[in-house]
Amino acid sequence: MRIGYYPGCSLEGSSKEYNDSLFAVAEKCGVTLEVIKDWSCCGASAAHNLNHDLALALPARTLALAEKQGLEDIVVPCAACYSRIAGTKNEISNNIAVKAKIEGYIDLKLTADVKILTVFEFLQKYIFPTVDQHIVNKLNQKAACYYGCLYTRPKEIAAVEQIENPMEMDEVMAKAGATPIDWAFKTECCGAGLSVSRTDIVAKLSGKIIEDAADRGAESIVVACPMCHMNLDMRRPEIKKQLKKDINIPVLFITQALGLSMGIPADKLGLNKHYVPTDKVVNCIVKMEA
Amino acid sequence: MHESTHHHAETFKSKVEEAIGVTVSHCYQCGKCTAGCPLNEEMDIMPNQLLRILQAEMPGYEEKILSSLSIWLCLACDTCYSRCPQEVLLSKVMDYLRQESLRQNKVNPKAKDILSFHKAFLNSVKMNGKLHEVGLTIDYKLRSLNLMQDVMLAPSMAAKGKLAIFPHQVQNTKEIAKIFKKITDSEGGKQ
Repeated sequence: MRIGYYPGCSLEGSSKEYNDSLFAVAEKCGVTLEVIKDWSCCGASAAHNLNHDLALALPARTLALAEKQGLEDIVVPCAACYSRIAGTKNEISNNIAVKAKIEGYIDLKLTADVKILTVFEFLQKYIFPTVDQHIVNKLNQKAACYYGCLYTRPKEIAAVEQIENPMEMDEVMAKAGATPIDWAFKTECCGAGLSVSRTDIVAKLSGKIIEDAADRGAESIVVACPMCHMNLDMRRPEIKKQLKKDINIPVLFITQALGLSMGIPADKLGLNKHYVPTDKVVNCIVKMEA
Repeated sequence: MHESTHHHAETFKSKVEEAIGVTVSHCYQCGKCTAGCPLNEEMDIMPNQLLRILQAEMPGYEEKILSSLSIWLCLACDTCYSRCPQEVLLSKVMDYLRQESLRQNKVNPKAKDILSFHKAFLNSVKMNGKLHEVGLTIDYKLRSLNLMQDVMLAPSMAAKGKLAIFPHQVQNTKEIAKIFKKITDSEGGKQ
């Protein structure tokens, strides 16, 4: 099986460490990812806010290129990209007229039969079969797995089984030797695309998420989305002002957490690129006995 | 398909329903959408009220909805839809209303920055085929005149290797510009 990879724009810029840690984990398990040649932006919230046809045409172009390349599974590590690409696939598969219109815009034919995988689906499908032999550390900490909106809703494209209490990321964290906690803000919204235009709202919404994780004793928050990461990590000064409290729980990408359990060095996983220091998390780790 | 439209004059409500395949009368005002909405504290019209206004079709309702702040605050998180006992796809209604608000020049002045950000984002994609975060930030600052916002983040982001000074681009940027143009043309030239 050839596994396609759609990094999306954030993973080439502000969330490079997510990209690097995903590749580090895949490499350790001997899994190869093939980047979709000449992929373009999915359009994110901007396109579906302003122009419905554009919101379909941009992801459709990438889908068509993946098909041309002969890829069957595509890993999409960003929740916004996942939502746009899976949503587009869903809409054009269910409506022939829309499909024809979009094919006209992009000058490419589509079958829309590629499978779109989130990062945690990828880990479970391709990394889990061999992961046990690579795990050398126990993360040994209470982790709050944060899924946010776009992996869990709308139900037509949800990447999780239970949309109000998803467990897929929790399973990955348990594998890494952490204790996933039960908490109330797993699927609440972080404010996503308003990060720049309404930072005040993002501080409020993300503040509630951080506060609940802290109240329940979490030592780390684990995410699988660059937008969630940016809002919970880089926006922490605004969040602290909003909460009038100093909460310093670090935010890890799920691939960084799993990578740590595989003994991949912290700097190779890009843990030094975060705003909230991650050394507390690294210090919790214990070596497993042979 | 919709025989009834031959007997009734087309209204704003019927246009919304036809465009997105949602029936607003399905809503029986239980209020779950508003209860679960993460932005209910910020909105000027609550999600359930918005549907009620569409249902009632009182004079001036189109203007009231299209110039509301709520339609721009909606994050499309779909909490409303996933909990709606009648499965009213409110996020799709919101998408349609935003586009119509923009087309009719009715955008609420308080939504100016939000709109500037979306426009700057799409502009970057149109030019490069991919989002260039640095370009987006500069474009947004010029559009919104929030020039000093987040300036303090730039040095630390650069130090962490999170800033790509030059844009990543697709092989042929004209191909992307062509997709934008075809869509704009099909809509009668206005974007």
